[in-house]
Amino acid sequence: MTDPAEPSNEPVDHLACNELVELVTVFLEGDLDPATERRVIDHISLCDGCDLYVDQVRQTTDVLAGLSGGAPLSPADRERLLATFRDSSG
Amino acid sequence: MPHTALPPDDVLAGLLLAGDETAFAQVVDAWSPGMVRLARVYVSTEDSAAEVVQEAWLAVVRSIATFAGRSSLRTWVYRIVANIARRRGGREARTVPASSLGAGPGTDDAGPGTGDTGGPTVDPARFAAPGHPFAGHWQQPPAPWPGPEQALLAAEVRAEVAAALAGLPARQRVVITLRDVHGYDSAEVCSILEISVANQRVLLHRARAAVRLRLERYFDHAAARAAEEVP
Ligand SMILES: [Zn+2]
Repeated sequence: MTDPAEPSNEPVDHLACNELVELVTVFLEGDLDPATERRVIDHISLCDGCDLYVDQVRQTTDVLAGLSGGAPLSPADRERLLATFRDSSG
Repeated sequence: MPHTALPPDDVLAGLLLAGDETAFAQVVDAWSPGMVRLARVYVSTEDSAAEVVQEAWLAVVRSIATFAGRSSLRTWVYRIVANIARRRGGREARTVPASSLGAGPGTDDAGPGTGDTGGPTVDPARFAAPGHPFAGHWQQPPAPWPGPEQALLAAEVRAEVAAALAGLPARQRVVITLRDVHGYDSAEVCSILEISVANQRVLLHRARAAVRLRLERYFDHAAARAAEEVP
């Protein structure tokens, strides 16, 4: 699983799980510096608990995305607005 | 719903200032649905949200001459919506405790893991204690969740998530709703709410952790119930 382009024997400063869970959001935002991002990916690849945790945060955002609503203005509200605009700019 | 592309901001602002009704109708149609969603973050009913949007458009008409082009016109309009909706939401005594409606940092602390700043978002008891050979690693890792294949489950899960949202401190609720429910990007949310990128991220992080935890408890209870029902 080592990337041939990367030295595989470089010392790795391992993240603990309780550190990783606090990096999930910045990781999902794609805002981690490359070194930390790699530590996160390495950790997730080896740790079922954190892999699941990150996936559950993603699942949570998927459910959130499904709550979206938002209706257009009612025709009456729209007409009232246009009338006000007409009057105000006389 | 395709609508003709809006002219650039400076042109659009000029048309509105000149009283061009076609241009006004165009922006009203293009932006009102998003404005209703934004207002709905702060107020408790669809009717209130519609009123906020009405009031916001009237404010836009009154003050379009003051639009200076420092932000996009849409962001400027959205800020007006957010301000009006926030005031109105504060008046409506909704489910959020009054103490969490303050804007200052530290006012949203409603218990461990729910505040805006500091403190772990996952119960420290779930990780091996310091001094343990696996200090900081999971002792009680998350259990897998069932897939959302059953329609009934999906509806229950949505209801659970909606309840979790309603229970969040106000600032967390606003940020996660804009980001994850309505799909605004980070820059837009920072601009509309006039908060820093770092602040936005902390609020989003704490909010997501809280909603995930609520779902985890829901699935744990569901699994326990199912286990009891098996003869
Ligand atoms: Zn881990």
